[in-house]
Amino acid sequence: AAAMFLRLLSDVRWRAANPKWRRMTCSRRSTSSTAEPHPVSLPAQAQVVICGGGIMGTSVAYHLSKMGWKDIVLLEQGRLAAGTTRFCAGIVSTARHVSIELKMADYSNKLYQQLEQETGVKTGYVKTGSISLAQTQDRLISLKRIASSLNVMGIPCEIITPKQVAQLHPLINIHDLVGAMYVPEDALVSSANVSLALATAASRNGVQIHERTSVSHVLVQKGRVTGVETDRGQIQCQYFVNCAGQWAYELGHSGEEPVNIPLHACEHFYLLTHPLKEPLASNLPTIVDPDGRIYIRNWQGGILSGGFEKNPKPLFTEGRNQLEIHNLQEDWDHFEPLLSALLRRMPDLEALQIMQLVNCPESFTPDMRCIMGESPTVRGYFVLAGMNSAGISYGGGAGKYLAEWMVNGYPSENVWPLDLKRFGTLQSSRTFLRHRVMEVMPLMCDLKVPRWDFQTGRQLRTSPLYDRLDAQGARWMEKHGFERVKYFVPPGKDLLDLDQSKTFYKPDWFDIVGSEVKCCKEAVCVIDMSSFTKFEISSTGDQALESLQYLFSNDLDVPVGHVVHTGMLNEKGGYENDCSIARLSKRSFFMISPTDQQVHCWAWLKNLLPNDSNVTMEDVTWKYTALNLIGPRAVDVLSELSYAPMTPEHFPSLFCKEMSVGYANGIRVMSITHTGEPGFMLYIPIEYALHVYNEVMNMGQKYGIRNAGYYALRSLRIEKFFAFWGQDLDAFTTPMECGREFQVKLEKGMEFVGQEALLEQKQNGVYKRFTMFILEDHDTDRDLWPWWGEPIFRNGRYVGKTTSSAYSYTLERHVCLGFVHHFDEKTGEQLVVTTDFINQGEYEIDIAGQRFQAKAKLYPFSSLFTHRRRKDEVELSSYQGE
Amino acid sequence: FYLTPPQVNSILKANEYSFKVPEFDGKNVSSVLGFDSNQLPANAPIEDRRSAATCLQTRGMLLGVFDGHAGCACAQAVSERLFYYIAVSLLPHETLLEIENAVESGRALLPILQWHKHPNDYFSKEASKLYFNSLRTYWQELIDLNSGETTDVKEALINAFKRLDNDISLEAQVGDPNSFLNYLVLRVAFSGATACVAHVDGVDLHIANTGDSRAMLGVQEEDGSWSAVNLSYDHNAQNEHEVKRVKMEHPKSEEKSLVKQDRLLGLLMPFRAFGDVKFKWSIELQKRVVESGPDQLNDNEYTKFIPPNYHTPPYLTAEPEVIHHKLRPQDKFLVLATDGLWETMHRQDVARIVGEYLTGVHHQQPIAVGGYKVTLGQMHGLLTERRARISSVFEDQNAATHLIRHAVGNNEFGTVDHERLSKMLSLPEELARMYRDDITIIVVQFNSHVIGAYQNEE
Repeated sequence: AAAMFLRLLSDVRWRAANPKWRRMTCSRRSTSSTAEPHPVSLPAQAQVVICGGGIMGTSVAYHLSKMGWKDIVLLEQGRLAAGTTRFCAGIVSTARHVSIELKMADYSNKLYQQLEQETGVKTGYVKTGSISLAQTQDRLISLKRIASSLNVMGIPCEIITPKQVAQLHPLINIHDLVGAMYVPEDALVSSANVSLALATAASRNGVQIHERTSVSHVLVQKGRVTGVETDRGQIQCQYFVNCAGQWAYELGHSGEEPVNIPLHACEHFYLLTHPLKEPLASNLPTIVDPDGRIYIRNWQGGILSGGFEKNPKPLFTEGRNQLEIHNLQEDWDHFEPLLSALLRRMPDLEALQIMQLVNCPESFTPDMRCIMGESPTVRGYFVLAGMNSAGISYGGGAGKYLAEWMVNGYPSENVWPLDLKRFGTLQSSRTFLRHRVMEVMPLMCDLKVPRWDFQTGRQLRTSPLYDRLDAQGARWMEKHGFERVKYFVPPGKDLLDLDQSKTFYKPDWFDIVGSEVKCCKEAVCVIDMSSFTKFEISSTGDQALESLQYLFSNDLDVPVGHVVHTGMLNEKGGYENDCSIARLSKRSFFMISPTDQQVHCWAWLKNLLPNDSNVTMEDVTWKYTALNLIGPRAVDVLSELSYAPMTPEHFPSLFCKEMSVGYANGIRVMSITHTGEPGFMLYIPIEYALHVYNEVMNMGQKYGIRNAGYYALRSLRIEKFFAFWGQDLDAFTTPMECGREFQVKLEKGMEFVGQEALLEQKQNGVYKRFTMFILEDHDTDRDLWPWWGEPIFRNGRYVGKTTSSAYSYTLERHVCLGFVHHFDEKTGEQLVVTTDFINQGEYEIDIAGQRFQAKAKLYPFSSLFTHRRRKDEVELSSYQGE
Repeated sequence: FYLTPPQVNSILKANEYSFKVPEFDGKNVSSVLGFDSNQLPANAPIEDRRSAATCLQTRGMLLGVFDGHAGCACAQAVSERLFYYIAVSLLPHETLLEIENAVESGRALLPILQWHKHPNDYFSKEASKLYFNSLRTYWQELIDLNSGETTDVKEALINAFKRLDNDISLEAQVGDPNSFLNYLVLRVAFSGATACVAHVDGVDLHIANTGDSRAMLGVQEEDGSWSAVNLSYDHNAQNEHEVKRVKMEHPKSEEKSLVKQDRLLGLLMPFRAFGDVKFKWSIELQKRVVESGPDQLNDNEYTKFIPPNYHTPPYLTAEPEVIHHKLRPQDKFLVLATDGLWETMHRQDVARIVGEYLTGVHHQQPIAVGGYKVTLGQMHGLLTERRARISSVFEDQNAATHLIRHAVGNNEFGTVDHERLSKMLSLPEELARMYRDDITIIVVQFNSHVIGAYQNEE
């Protein structure tokens, strides 16, 4: 039956469409076991070698060859599109939470639609539409949020009633539904044939495709790809692309220089049936019932239905133990809950005859997003894998972005959420991956509410204060493997209630965070910020300064002991990183970056710093515990502990000094906070961490000191209009676009990365502006809370999306931060955004389909800043006043 | 009216009891790992009883279920007394002497049995002196009889059963000056009880059975599947040998009246039982005892009623049939249960359900559709049934409870149906007995490693 099924799904006519290609491969296809000699030998060299002939590999080949790269070899260990691609359900769905994923899916859909015409290969593309069902009000809210995103992207989509669902699909039981989302342009394809069509087109463009050729490892010299070793010999190449799907992890580890690709396979089951008595129409919409954990599509007059169970079965944890995935067992007992959900959704299917239960492994990643980009350790080693069972939906778009990345140096969209460099070695433990994917797979169907945290793979990186903070009621979240405090539950509060704070509305930690914020404003709080990435860069001569001056946009040639906030920009002036750099001595610098920059920033600096041994860079993240003392009384606590005057006259803002705190010496104290409140950052060698913390807490008692967490920090920084990299800032945002020209020294006397682009922007203006919105008619207690990604409307027209939001306890209003664009009303072309354009508009923020009036501001409320301003901030206000 | 699953559980678990044989650093290696027992009443009050005890002066463990009829008095008395009679029968001469001397001189008595009792399993305080005196008379006779031979377990079991029944009969004839006790001994004698008792000592398993309770051995075959071996014969009309025996013991003239409607003298279901003096005493004796007895007894129509065709008593005996079985490593457990269980479940199902419960392994072959024509609905039914089978296992910590759940709640597929379970358990008292009988179950789990080691020694 399995062989029969293979033939059913894979239309074999594709070969006829491409005679050139058939010569190379078709003799292999009919006989699988005989070892005939390969008719075409491998080339000795190529520009690009792609490993993997599934949807990802063929899509990358297709797009690279379209963009003009011709010298490409694609290697497939078995046969083209014979892995997960062949088995996958073939649903192209644009209903995605993350906007970059949504864009990929939208592009894929449009690509597949015209692929048959372009290549002559039948792809089985049918525009069926899809209906996502909601059994609960919360689910409906979640769908409405997606619908808002789809609509502003120009993808038709509507929220419909259960009755309308029944009209669109004859078999659905609608009694338990509260609503649904209908996306009429979603489609079905034969995924194997899409892959073959892409291969055909690529082949016509000159890409050489070799089946039955497996890559054993990648050759690396001096941190660059130089070739690949296959079972049929070596190929020298400049670029290698790992599209090996569920084998990508192992392939990444096969070479001398390991490339960590954190993904793990899980078994995935779906059911095929014989046709109904009255065969289902081939354009019947696909049903997604996330509350029932299932999807249902029409398939050859019958149905294809699978899902994401609560108890997934991970496999291949210990590595590859079989080549072919075709002989995985069906497991009906495991499928039972999904079958129950199917029959509950479509009771009339009871009499339908089963054809097969297909077991098709899918690979999942630690954060449910796919993996794309260049290895941080091996240049020229690119990866595209870990599709979390949405390979067909993402295939086209993902291949395009990766091809752009290789050809242009960066894709045309911000793909940081998918960037391989968001992971490090720490996410590559097999145990971690096994445990995490068992959590991730059920999450495919779980409700995505704001601020949920993964439960598995936790407590990996912790501060030395972890136990102390935990004992005081800390509730934790995780960033890049590091445990960070969200807030502290006061003694006597009901813990159970607080752990269930998963809601789209006002969360139950509201008052707790409120009191932490209040303490930051009126007294003093301690926040453990040890997770931040910390590098030391030094040199024997002036090379460190010179290099950094080139890499950073602000002027780092400041007196020793000064701290500089600066962007690390790319050629287009976009933020690759946003950091604080302290000049420790004439020749050494201490650099603090966001937590998830550890891998990316390291790779960026490694690539751009001079290769000579004069400049040394060290990752000292693990060496220091970072405590942030926030609040007006921080100065009192610190001066009592150090017997040193800490007032602004003696210790001005943006200053750094090594000093003693309690008994401990050599504490790096910096007069910066990440929230705009007065206060200090203490960088403490870890062995002193507990001592300093205890001293601070004891001394602080009389000033009303208390612990605080990141939620308080977030509220404080957002109400003061502070942008955070990774949330608000990305590689496509320049300092000019977010009111940070004051952190750019265009005239610092030397060239720096991104300078030209910024100069150009300074002259011609910017095409988007970072703007703060105060929600006006929003009831904090009753209305849905904003999160991020909410569409912004100006005078009723869509102008951009929010990037972060928080409730401001001071303003007693919600604050959203986001970017405003200026699209031409007729052409949709992007126009320059002026201050007037921002100021002269009526704004609304769309939260799950409901619009709230918002007041736009380009600069923060000065009343929120209690401390005296330094030169930098004066510049800030003068710039914003322009 | 509908019971929630927690309510159902609290009813099912009210009487459950588990005992694990303690391991003393591997020294006291017992072939018994422990046992689970439970009972579910249908009569109010329940007429079944159970007992379990470890023999302290000899080796071995005793377990038994007792199914009372015409009241619970006899079953209660047998559950309290029978194991002492068996233990005493097994004691060597010297130990008997030692005990007798201790009693004589008022010294502390060697403990004979260690009981394993559920809090609801009670002993009658009032009758303990009377019972003790009867028991002492028995061991004094054993001392006098000193045969010098080592005690044969089978013989000891038979003697104990017969002696206890005899004492019950005598006590009723003699009466007691205390009116409460007098009434008690009469109620014991006029009611009846079957008994199914296991004695386990190493690999030697003896089952002594009187009546229609049953002992069944759970055997795991080499392929992992479960089969049942009967270790007792029911003493009732369905047992040809029993019918033949009864007929042999009485003149040919009574042949037709002996067994009527599958009952002894048309009245009694079990063909062997304790008590039931109405089937043992002569008519004169019955009349005399009833007339001189307390008013309550005199007013009771049942006791005054003489069975029809009552010519050559006794018609009933308490003598057990004893089966000896050498335990093998594949013998994993023993189920003792009153007929309430066996009426509803086939022994093969009992073996499978307990076996799968104890091993935690469910020998459910994975399903493959293959070339068969299966509809989604059929597959769904099959899968939910398989799921129910597994999920009900996890609810119970006690094999006996698990069996009761199946006995009461099984639907036509052989899986527990909560709705049915709920209905059966919420029947009003007066109706319950019409739909189900009292159920009492003891599941003894054997230690295959110990049994294997015994085998190798031999």
